Amino acid sequence: MSKRLYGIMAEFEEPTRIVIAARRAHEEGYRKMDAYTPFPIEELTEAIGFHHTRLPLIVLIGGIVGCIGGFFLCYWVSTIAYPLNIGGRPLNSWPSFIPVTFECTILLAALAAVFGMLALNGLPEPYHPVFNVPNFEQATRNRFFLCIEATDPKFDVEGTKAFLRSLGAREVTEVES
Amino acid sequence: MQDEIPDRSETTISPPSVIGAGQTFASVTDKISSIALARRTPLAWFIGAGISFLLAMMLFYTIGYLVLTGIGIWGNNIPVGWAFDIINFVWWIGIGHAGTLISAILLLLRQQWRTSINRFAEAMTLFAVASAGLFPLLHTGRPWLAHWLFPVPNTMGVWPQFRSPLIWDVFAVSTYATVSALFWFIGLIPDLATLRDRARKRAAKVVYGILAMGWRGSARHWHRYETAYLLLAGLATPLVVSVHTVVSFDFAVGIIPGWHATIFPPYFVAGAIYSGFAMVMTLAIPLRKFYGLENFITMRHLRNMAKIMLATGLIVGYGYMMETFTAWYSANTYEEFMIRNRMTGPYAAAYWSLILCNILLPQIMWSRRARGNVALLFIISIIVNIGMWLERFVIIVTSLHRDFLPSSWAMYQPTVWDFSMFIGTIGLFLSLLFLFIRFLPMISIFEIRTILPQAEVKEAGD
Repeated sequence: MSKRLYGIMAEFEEPTRIVIAARRAHEEGYRKMDAYTPFPIEELTEAIGFHHTRLPLIVLIGGIVGCIGGFFLCYWVSTIAYPLNIGGRPLNSWPSFIPVTFECTILLAALAAVFGMLALNGLPEPYHPVFNVPNFEQATRNRFFLCIEATDPKFDVEGTKAFLRSLGAREVTEVES
Repeated sequence: MQDEIPDRSETTISPPSVIGAGQTFASVTDKISSIALARRTPLAWFIGAGISFLLAMMLFYTIGYLVLTGIGIWGNNIPVGWAFDIINFVWWIGIGHAGTLISAILLLLRQQWRTSINRFAEAMTLFAVASAGLFPLLHTGRPWLAHWLFPVPNTMGVWPQFRSPLIWDVFAVSTYATVSALFWFIGLIPDLATLRDRARKRAAKVVYGILAMGWRGSARHWHRYETAYLLLAGLATPLVVSVHTVVSFDFAVGIIPGWHATIFPPYFVAGAIYSGFAMVMTLAIPLRKFYGLENFITMRHLRNMAKIMLATGLIVGYGYMMETFTAWYSANTYEEFMIRNRMTGPYAAAYWSLILCNILLPQIMWSRRARGNVALLFIISIIVNIGMWLERFVIIVTSLHRDFLPSSWAMYQPTVWDFSMFIGTIGLFLSLLFLFIRFLPMISIFEIRTILPQAEVKEAGD
């Protein structure tokens, strides 16, 4: 065992089993863990102790920036950069700036949602140790994986392996980093 | 929760399920990904894609000739300065709206049946917007200066006019195209990871791998992913309504009788959804048949789409009625003349065919038996597509060709280049669609997994 270990990976066949396993692991005191599943499972996110994401805040900021920026663009162009008197209407004819302001709000908020999500998830990420697990290809098909990471204070190669086996895992493997 | 009733026979009146019985995570994954990963491409695909590609070539030829010669090759004249280009632009943009409606609004309304049709409806949106964008771009006459439409600092010191609906349109359509592309791509990431893991060929693995960006299905990632997807849906919903509203402002802000109407925004949005669902139906029916996807795109989907078409079709009918009513109630000579000219003038045939296609014939969908007849639904969907095209023709051409001054009246006749451009964009749209169904999963695999009964976490055993 000269190679460094990323963690221990347990493979499950059903969503219910992995949720129960993740809850047990959390009760047991494991904190540094992650689950890999072919589709989102709400209960699982809670079971591994992950509750909060800053994404909505990022999207809100994106929306506000887009809104102010969009309006300011119209205002600046129409009153300062290129003032045109059309039928004596006010230069700052704000009602006609609303559609562009609205579109800019949506655009920036959507860009913030997409790139914020990718950034928080650390994607694109070409290499990750979990891909070394032999059967991990099935994580995007019909298998459910739970990985307890080596950085967890309670982590102990043999102990963690035995614990994961006791949860009814189909297969338990070491993950090389 | 009517979906929970198991084992429904064909004769009961409850709607059929959103997914066929006996499917597993593995079976849905293998079935849908096998279409994209198949070694041998079906011959029918080559025939369909080949014809579409030829039509797309005709489009590129037309564009080449158009750019070299000028837009004089079209039938546009004065007073009909907006003709096929704007008709086709509005038609295509409208078709795109159903994709966003299915993927965003039905997601927010928790309509599970959207799951099997949202992916290709979103792709349809994207390709429809791409086809739509060509028309105003080329109508500028000098498409190489199209960046002047955007507020780009330039040496002339000239800026766009933000009080004009035409610049609103630039912002609305470009935002719509961007957000639709993001929404579609974000939805694809987990499925691209599936294709990466299922691909056998090295090249396919690498390409899908790059596109999947290292997605590994982590629970933390899923949580943020779901949040982002829901927020995007929430943003796309007002966006899709705003886009066709702004498109209708292009007309409604003008003073031409037949355009200057407050009913236009809701009437255009309903029309857009109407034509969009018709196009989804036109595409879904042959696809499910050819690829054997009856377990995923079930009769329930077709019935629901028929109902939405019926509802939006009636809103459109109300729009026509109100146009006529307003013309009479306003007691305005020009408004009255406009409606009389539409109904009895030189383009009356277009008006009455539009009423036939959009209002009269689709009423057959009130019948439950008609909604269960796939061939009939296919025919109706084509009829509605034609009807919605005629609607834009009537709104644009009949309003423009005879306005206030009889001395400025003229007739409009499309040229062969108008038709080659329009049919060419259909070819472009279908070519992109054929490439999409060949190389990407046309049904969202991970979302189908979530609606399987075994995806539910059973708390009892805990």
